[in-house]
Amino acid sequence: MSADHTPPNDQAGPADGGPSRTETGTEAELIRFDSVTKRFGTHTVLDSLDMTVYSGKHVTLIGPSGSGKTTILRLLMTLLKPDEGTIKVGPHFLTHEEKAGKLVPAGEKHIREVRKNIGMVFQQFNLFPNMKVLRNITEAPVHVLGLDKDAAEERARELLDLVGLTEHLDKYPTQLSGGQQQRVAIARALAMRPQVLLLDEVTSALDPELVAGVLDVLRDIAHTTDITMLCVTHEMNFARDISDCVMMFDSGRVIEFGPPEQIFSEPEHERTREFLSAVL
Amino acid sequence: MNNWSWSYVGDIMPDLLAGLWITVQATIYGSLVSFALGLVWALLLRSPSRWVTWPVSIVVEFIRNTPLLVQLFFLFFVLPSWGLTFAPLTTGVIGLGLHYSTYTSEVYRAGIDGVPPGQWEAATALNLPRRRTWIAVILPQAFRRVVPALGNYVIAMFKDTPMLAGITVADMLFQANSISATTFDYLEPITVVGILFVVISYPTSLLLRALERRLVR
Repeated sequence: MSADHTPPNDQAGPADGGPSRTETGTEAELIRFDSVTKRFGTHTVLDSLDMTVYSGKHVTLIGPSGSGKTTILRLLMTLLKPDEGTIKVGPHFLTHEEKAGKLVPAGEKHIREVRKNIGMVFQQFNLFPNMKVLRNITEAPVHVLGLDKDAAEERARELLDLVGLTEHLDKYPTQLSGGQQQRVAIARALAMRPQVLLLDEVTSALDPELVAGVLDVLRDIAHTTDITMLCVTHEMNFARDISDCVMMFDSGRVIEFGPPEQIFSEPEHERTREFLSAVL
Repeated sequence: MNNWSWSYVGDIMPDLLAGLWITVQATIYGSLVSFALGLVWALLLRSPSRWVTWPVSIVVEFIRNTPLLVQLFFLFFVLPSWGLTFAPLTTGVIGLGLHYSTYTSEVYRAGIDGVPPGQWEAATALNLPRRRTWIAVILPQAFRRVVPALGNYVIAMFKDTPMLAGITVADMLFQANSISATTFDYLEPITVVGILFVVISYPTSLLLRALERRLVR
């Protein structure tokens, strides 16, 4: 999937509220942040953020640490709650539900329903160490989606094949290298067939020689599936490869966004230039 | 001063071993009660509702801060006047289990807190129901962490069982006491009781340390 088939504004970016944003009409809005603010104590991590991600797109969030990138993923995964604003996934609010025409904070049941569409891969893998690789992958499909064990295992084997770890299905996570563990974590997230895959610095905890294997798997997924990806990474080459849109964050705001060739080659914003010259 | 008599030791051994068997039973059943009840306390104390956590923490603190012997006397001498009568050993098991459950609940709390937050996050990301998260993810990992500490409480409980003699459970100390009351010879019975305790607790604690090394890798 190449990044240049639609103008940047139609892919992803801060919602500007204007009609031009959706004028092509072919792209479905999948994720929408409306004036989302998140504070930790007195520190404002996200400051009235507007953001839209379209279905099937691969969006990479870049920027200095502490700029709020990971917070966006954690809000989407409902690991955090926004202090202000709303988040929509597909037609539903993630944070709120509509009752009698009013928006009220979402209940557990509603959150679970919307959360079904979202999967996440973590920096520290977070595999379940008490389960073998195969069961790490089948646990949720069996107990959340209600798949029978055989069907779940067949799907798990296919996914392990995809991430190149078929021979390790009977091992415990601690018997695997970090790179292998992360590939299992990717398979585990995909087993739930999410519409959106959140990737939170998935290679940051890996030894350098293990990074390529994980990125190859993700490239493969990006190029062969229509899954929407939201990716926080410091791997700029990877970002350039898979992204339809790159968003540059600073101090809880999107200061610039566009297709990777534009952001990486001719960034408009001074802050983006500084950041890229420091990391590239 | 009397001298140590091996033949006397031989004579009293069957009674003391019968007492030891009662002691071991009280410890095993008492431990099981304390393991189960402690987990119940630990889970209830995590309830989001104060209407649950307050009464539970009051009960737990009350039991933890009153002496075991007083609790045993209460169960054995006071409850029957309210129409609740149990056999001495059953009373002892309930008393030990209840008392020690207030310690094991702390052990579970620490074990549960020790499971990395990433495990909860992964369970959320997979949309696992709360119940399933506890059963399949959190508790199995917590149990691994708590085994050594629980084991230490089993040994402590084992050494507290002589208190059951106070409520007529025929444990080792009770046996030794009965023998001595008729022979007026305390040296051998009481000494043998002490030795039997060491013979059981010390190897058990070594075993626990080995187990700990295996589990905490």
